[in-house]
Amino acid sequence: MDAFLLQVLSGLATGGIYASLALAVVMIYKATHVVNFAQGEMAMFSTYLAWQLIQWGMPYWGAFFLTLAISFVGGVAIERIVIRPFESHDATLSVVTVFIGLFLILNSLAGWTWEYTLKSFPSPFPAEAYLGGYLSGHQAGLFAVVLVTLAIVYAFFRFTPLGLAMRAAAENPVSSRLVGIRVGWMLALGWGLAAALGAVAGIMVAPLVFLEPNMMGFVLIYAFAGALLGGIDNPWGAVIGGFAMGVLENIMGVYVVGTELKLTVALVIIIGVLVVKPAGMFGRTVVTRV
Amino acid sequence: MPALLEARELHAFYGPTHVLHGVSFAIEPGGITALLGANGAGKTTSLRALCGMIATRGEVLFDGRPVRGKATEDVVRLGVAHVPEGRGTFASLSVEENLRLGAYSRRDRASLQTDFERVYHYFPRLKERYQQQAGTLSGGEQQMLAVSRALMMRPRLMLLDEPSFGLAPLLVQAIFDILRAINRDEKVAMLLVEQNAAQALDIADHAYVLETGRVMMSGPSAEIRSDDAIRRSYLGY
Repeated sequence: MDAFLLQVLSGLATGGIYASLALAVVMIYKATHVVNFAQGEMAMFSTYLAWQLIQWGMPYWGAFFLTLAISFVGGVAIERIVIRPFESHDATLSVVTVFIGLFLILNSLAGWTWEYTLKSFPSPFPAEAYLGGYLSGHQAGLFAVVLVTLAIVYAFFRFTPLGLAMRAAAENPVSSRLVGIRVGWMLALGWGLAAALGAVAGIMVAPLVFLEPNMMGFVLIYAFAGALLGGIDNPWGAVIGGFAMGVLENIMGVYVVGTELKLTVALVIIIGVLVVKPAGMFGRTVVTRV
Repeated sequence: MPALLEARELHAFYGPTHVLHGVSFAIEPGGITALLGANGAGKTTSLRALCGMIATRGEVLFDGRPVRGKATEDVVRLGVAHVPEGRGTFASLSVEENLRLGAYSRRDRASLQTDFERVYHYFPRLKERYQQQAGTLSGGEQQMLAVSRALMMRPRLMLLDEPSFGLAPLLVQAIFDILRAINRDEKVAMLLVEQNAAQALDIADHAYVLETGRVMMSGPSAEIRSDDAIRRSYLGY
């Protein structure tokens, strides 16, 4: 098969990681209207939990699902304890500060608990490569995991009463209360879901990059770029943006800028989107009266 | 007959601003009560105060139980459906999803289908548009949707904030006719806030006239309607 196509495929696989993290970022953005800078560190911390569980002798998939559950509860707890106090009044700057605090706390806590040395993270997928070596077994496996995860999230929001209530709470909190929805809890559930999604991204990317406290830094930048490209207020746009970033990263890395400058592409896209089309490809332009 | 909802000496505040100064009123089960008055009289504020959407002082009894100070969603779950000022449409969701949300607080999801039929019977237009994004509906259709969303809850009391706002006169008449039918067929009590006093007095059995956060007078609709002095000073028609 054409080498170009194979680069695209392999890019889609890594893009799955950016897509999940981008979706997590957008879910929290829609509820708080602030980008959660700590999303990557939350995912990193979850990945360390999974690593620890595996070290303690737990089977891989047992550790995987237990980590998702713990991350979900952790996400809910973060919302209830540190975000909730700022929910009632217009306090964007305070929330940003809280996010940066979360970032620093989680990063240091992980380094303090598990040290800053690189750790290798196991992959549950076969080591053989497909398509003439362009697509590793892990990439193929993570692609499948990400697709299943996204399908479950989509089905949850689209077809369940709780998913509908969560969408309603993010869109119109006042009307939501008037139909009896407990808006505060819906926001907390959103945090839980976002944390679990981040955990999937972290656990899936760890075998590719080694486990260390700063491992999600570049992933989060790609995820931001993806979310902005697709539209920061459109979850499915952000997913498409995330996949697109994976492909772009690969193509640009191989054919245009080389591996050292790949991250620059993401930064250029972030700035480019903000300058040219701040709402992204699928986002809505919101006009506010002042 | 004991009142379904009773407010006693209700005060309400927007931040430091004192807006309601000890308002008292009662709503009979199955009746329609109108709250009338000019702009800024405190009509919308009264509705918000009943559902715990703003800071209040005083007493509110629903079905004899105190509900003042409860969270909005808890008051709603007792069977109080508030159709808010501006209709409160979930603009990005479909008509069907908006209606589904109306039934969110109910536990008996099995009978949902009959409720959709019930609502479509009053507002056939919504059935034609059930897959349409609610934000793209016309003002009149959004008002129908807001009333329907409230109906999906099977409420015991509906709080209606200016259902005629921004609608063409023909449509206003249609909406009021339907409200009257809903009140009669569903045995649901209504508290109706209106600037359009003539229309409101037409369907209400009781009315309260508010001015700057106080009840200026109250009584059966017929009495209020026939009092020329009140009509000219407070109702402006």
